[in-house]
Amino acid sequence: MAAARVLDADDVGRVIGRIAHEILEKSRGSSGVILLGIPTRGVPLARRIADRMASIEGHPVPVGSLDVTMYRDDIGLRGPRPLSATDIPAEGIDDAIVVLVDDVLFSGRTIRAALDAVNDIGRPRAVRLAVLVDRGHRELPIRADHVGKNLPTSLAESVQVHLVETDGVDEVLLGSRDSS
Amino acid sequence: MKHLLSAADLDREEALTLLDTAEELASVTDRAVKKLPTLRGRTVANLFFEDSTRTRLSFEAAAKRLSADVITFTAKGSSVSKGETLKDTALTLEAMGAQVIVLRHHASGAAQRLAESGWIGASVINAGDGTHEHPTQALLDAYTLRQHLRGGSGDLQGLRVVIVGDILHSRVARSDVALLTTLGARVTLVAPPTLVPVGVESWNCDVTFDFDDALSDADAVMMLRVQSERMNAAYFPSAHEYSRRYGLDSMRAAQLPDHAVVLHPGPMNRGMEITAEVADGHRALIVDQVANGVSVRMAVLYQVLSSEEGAA
Repeated sequence: MAAARVLDADDVGRVIGRIAHEILEKSRGSSGVILLGIPTRGVPLARRIADRMASIEGHPVPVGSLDVTMYRDDIGLRGPRPLSATDIPAEGIDDAIVVLVDDVLFSGRTIRAALDAVNDIGRPRAVRLAVLVDRGHRELPIRADHVGKNLPTSLAESVQVHLVETDGVDEVLLGSRDSS
Repeated sequence: MKHLLSAADLDREEALTLLDTAEELASVTDRAVKKLPTLRGRTVANLFFEDSTRTRLSFEAAAKRLSADVITFTAKGSSVSKGETLKDTALTLEAMGAQVIVLRHHASGAAQRLAESGWIGASVINAGDGTHEHPTQALLDAYTLRQHLRGGSGDLQGLRVVIVGDILHSRVARSDVALLTTLGARVTLVAPPTLVPVGVESWNCDVTFDFDDALSDADAVMMLRVQSERMNAAYFPSAHEYSRRYGLDSMRAAQLPDHAVVLHPGPMNRGMEITAEVADGHRALIVDQVANGVSVRMAVLYQVLSSEEGAA
């Protein structure tokens, strides 16, 4: 079975715009807001949301990346994973509103690891979560504050997010696990 | 990667993965919380049959930064003096829960023996075996060279590295030649003829007896300690003559290109192979090497322990 395109490039653009507006609405402007993308695809997503917020508000929004590999709960089960860069904006995250950005929210384990990683870097005023796709099947009590698209899936399906920065095209595909 | 026994076992990709991992892990040192929870609940045993300051402390710091528990064994003051063997000592440490054994031993091949004998199931990291290999030292040397001469990424393609001194007894030189050439560097060994090992022509490097010849186009000079504890014969007429012909003083340092750096694996014999002036000078990266050693060993422990149950 071929993978079905659930979001195309225009949809992805609209969703990013809506998330940017939602974050601004919820935090009453962009002051004190820091976006941290979770590698790989959370990072360009965070950058795009920050750019959109900046163009609405008229001043830049700090954005960084947060690698959670060393905080995962499956170390030793899946073999070593390569590390990505953690890049925290110079002003730090103490007392800021940190918005974690990832492409797909699934079991919630990546976000659990990210919360631990945030904890080691500083003490933000609040931590929120923005994801492009929520596909369900949570294994931990974690939910997203800003969701691009709720996508009911079965465990036999796979969700693939492609972004221009990493894959050359903006789209979200829903396929079966073995065809991915 | 189940064990790390020899720098020669690492291919280019594996070596770069370790260096890149170390590069990311180095940033932990700059944070308020200098610890990662990665290896929580795992135990690293330092098994040191030979004296060491840097390597033992460095492995201990690396393991602790990754939240592993550390048990340290040193031969002095242990049951080794009562005749306990390597095998029994290792079995004892494994019985206490060690999943990784970091081994420093005076016999060449000890790490390989421990890893491949089937005595224990733990991973083995070679922290120096006799005059054979010291792979984590080679990794930290490569890391330091890459950081200062290649901007901290990629390989060492085209870099000219001169290694000077007691090549015969140096496990560092052997590991460095293997790893640095894997990463694309060109290595020249400089030593008195008596301190050049038999079979060096099969190593992937040049050999010269004249230090001054090698200076003008070197990007890095690595000075080795004269290992008097391993010398049971007269390898050179006098310490003074050695240091005049093979020591790095400020006269020789002045002949190096401006960008060239000086490394030493430590411990130094100041005044013998390197003068205090050069060791404390602006080219010297000897303290950087120690700091980088912790990051590199964190990367090695992570790679070894995170593949323990997955594919090796």
